[in-house]
Amino acid sequence: MTGEQIIFLLVALFTLGSGLMVVISRNLIHAALWLVSALFGVAVTYALLSAAFLAVVQVVVYIGAIAILFIFAVMLTRKDMRDQGPQMNANWWFGAILSVAVFAGLFFLLQGWSGLAGTASAIPAGFDAIGELGDALTSPNGYVLPFEVASVLLVAALVGAVYVSFNRK
Amino acid sequence: MVPLSWYLIFAAALFSIGLFGVLSRRNAVAILLGIELMLNSVNINLAAFWRYGEDVTQMTGQVFAIIVFAVAAAEVAVGLALVISVYRRRNTVVADEINMMKW
Repeated sequence: MTGEQIIFLLVALFTLGSGLMVVISRNLIHAALWLVSALFGVAVTYALLSAAFLAVVQVVVYIGAIAILFIFAVMLTRKDMRDQGPQMNANWWFGAILSVAVFAGLFFLLQGWSGLAGTASAIPAGFDAIGELGDALTSPNGYVLPFEVASVLLVAALVGAVYVSFNRK
Repeated sequence: MVPLSWYLIFAAALFSIGLFGVLSRRNAVAILLGIELMLNSVNINLAAFWRYGEDVTQMTGQVFAIIVFAVAAAEVAVGLALVISVYRRRNTVVADEINMMKW
């Protein structure tokens, strides 16, 4: 077992443990903070995959913006820090069975897939992944149209969010 | 080198954890937290398929992951705005009790 594999296993266990704490923790602020650590584990996974830009964007956008938005939403939507009553609904066992079934199904589907043994090809020397990504996002031969549509979606969603939560008084 | 299967199984496990959160939590904000976990596991798959694909100079996987980032940000903004708006009117964030549109 190489050092990279050991690092991957540690990061994966950390991320899965944090993810589990997100869904079972009673206090919602704790759940949001566990989400931050799970997102950080995913950022390390991107770094292991040598997707440097994705790792940085994960930290800046997910942890810096989305997780903080969650923490604000948790603080705005409760009167006291401790929620009343159970945190799980009455059918939580059904959700547990279904998610275990989904994992088992995906696992067995992967076992039968021939591409699973594929190995990563070496990144060519002098290959500028971030520059290539920028070219792909902005060149007409690449993905400029989905990129622009995503930005329009983001603006529309933010305008809609402001409209929905606007306090008319 | 980490095998591709490890990344895919890791992402499948994270997806299942998020799915459990979505299906079993009562709080609407906690349901959105579960959705975030599911979106992240999908992004791990996209990045892994970019790295282990035939042509690593083809950036499609990373571009797709970035679009998922943008869509996730939009989804969280609208979702949390709806939760806060409902909380103002009904004074609850429990998904079972938000039934104004139930006929």
